Amino acid sequence: MDAPAAPADSQWPLWEVFTQEAQGAPHEHAGSVHAVDAEQALQNARDVFGRRGKVISLWVVPTEAIVASAPSDAGPFFDPGAEKAYRHPYFYKVPKGIRVY
Amino acid sequence: MYGANVETAADRKAPAPVEDPALLAEFQARIDRGESIEPKDWMPARYRRQLVRMMSQHAHSEIVGMLPEGNWITRAPNLRRKMALIAKVQDEAGHGHYIYCGTETLGVSRDELVDDLLAGRAKYSQIFNYPTLTWADIGVIGWFVDGAAIVNQTVLAKASYGPYARAMIRICKEENFHKRQGFEICAVLSQGTDAQREMLQDAVNRWWWPSLMMFGPSDTDSPNSRDLLAWRIKRFTNDELRQRFVNLTVPQAQAIGVRLPDPDLRYDADTQNWVFGEIDWAEFWAVVNGNGPCNRERLAARNKAHADGAWVRQAATAYAAKRAGAPRDGGSTAAA
Repeated sequence: MDAPAAPADSQWPLWEVFTQEAQGAPHEHAGSVHAVDAEQALQNARDVFGRRGKVISLWVVPTEAIVASAPSDAGPFFDPGAEKAYRHPYFYKVPKGIRVY
Repeated sequence: MYGANVETAADRKAPAPVEDPALLAEFQARIDRGESIEPKDWMPARYRRQLVRMMSQHAHSEIVGMLPEGNWITRAPNLRRKMALIAKVQDEAGHGHYIYCGTETLGVSRDELVDDLLAGRAKYSQIFNYPTLTWADIGVIGWFVDGAAIVNQTVLAKASYGPYARAMIRICKEENFHKRQGFEICAVLSQGTDAQREMLQDAVNRWWWPSLMMFGPSDTDSPNSRDLLAWRIKRFTNDELRQRFVNLTVPQAQAIGVRLPDPDLRYDADTQNWVFGEIDWAEFWAVVNGNGPCNRERLAARNKAHADGAWVRQAATAYAAKRAGAPRDGGSTAAA
């Protein structure tokens, strides 16, 4: 029986790594790792980004699954948020001497 | 650890692409405002190329830098030293990894970069082409080589390219342990027997000048410095950083009673600098161009490690393919 063909030697798919450094803190992007699957991505992420014991939780996400806004569109894309001053507290006038907060 | 930022003849010959002047001006304005450049932002082709060169040389240096120190893991004098050295060498692998990943955000794959290293097309810091002859070398490497790396990387942590700067911040936090463990080894040896003190002095004698060379060619011989500074890829010149390292290190050497092997070394009260003698640039270029004591050995070791690890990569790929129910010869990315 022929031996199965050896799989191609590749660097494996890319995963983005998010780490949480304290209970209650947000997960933040830490970097990326290459791994064949999710389980190995978690292990590699632990070895690369969790060597000092600070990390308490890890997320790994296939890089290709991330959809990001384009820097070139940043102006028009975020504009609608910028022109609505009435969404900010300083838009509203309050009689002097009264504590509102 | 860090890479020597050396240009090859091919780098210098590559034609300067024509860029849109308006985009170029806006890019420069962003740099001047202190903004970070991120992977998807527009950037001049030359900025991208310089970064790929610098970052990949840096990543290769971390990986090759594991070899001279790994050489002493089995012969560390006690368990405490052995654990520290294993952790340090593992950190270097991690550092190489951070920077390879940062380089990948510029549109090159890690495979290409590793191939360049294995084929001998890539540069890495010349310092790793010197042999580690005694245990004192491990102490002196931590003290000098990691010390020089910290001086350089602390500055790179404010470089304009976001992924590079962020990798540097992560690395700097870890590098301080490297320097301290090295200096501790040296300080202990300096209080030891005559033989131990001689061993330490001998290691200092051999590593001092190559450590100064780590900062790269003198500014007068570094044609790209001006652009790199303007784009905030570099923030200080090679000579400025070298001087900073000397000023930091001389008092440390005095504190543990070792001599730095430079008869011209003297304190200049006006500039408040330790003035040092002439660096042997012929030696620097010889080592950079492949003729240091260990260049061939280092490349052979990397090639052997890569070849010996092929079955692990193949097995992991096959295992992932099997678990995903994909055909056995699914190859590379299909396994995901």
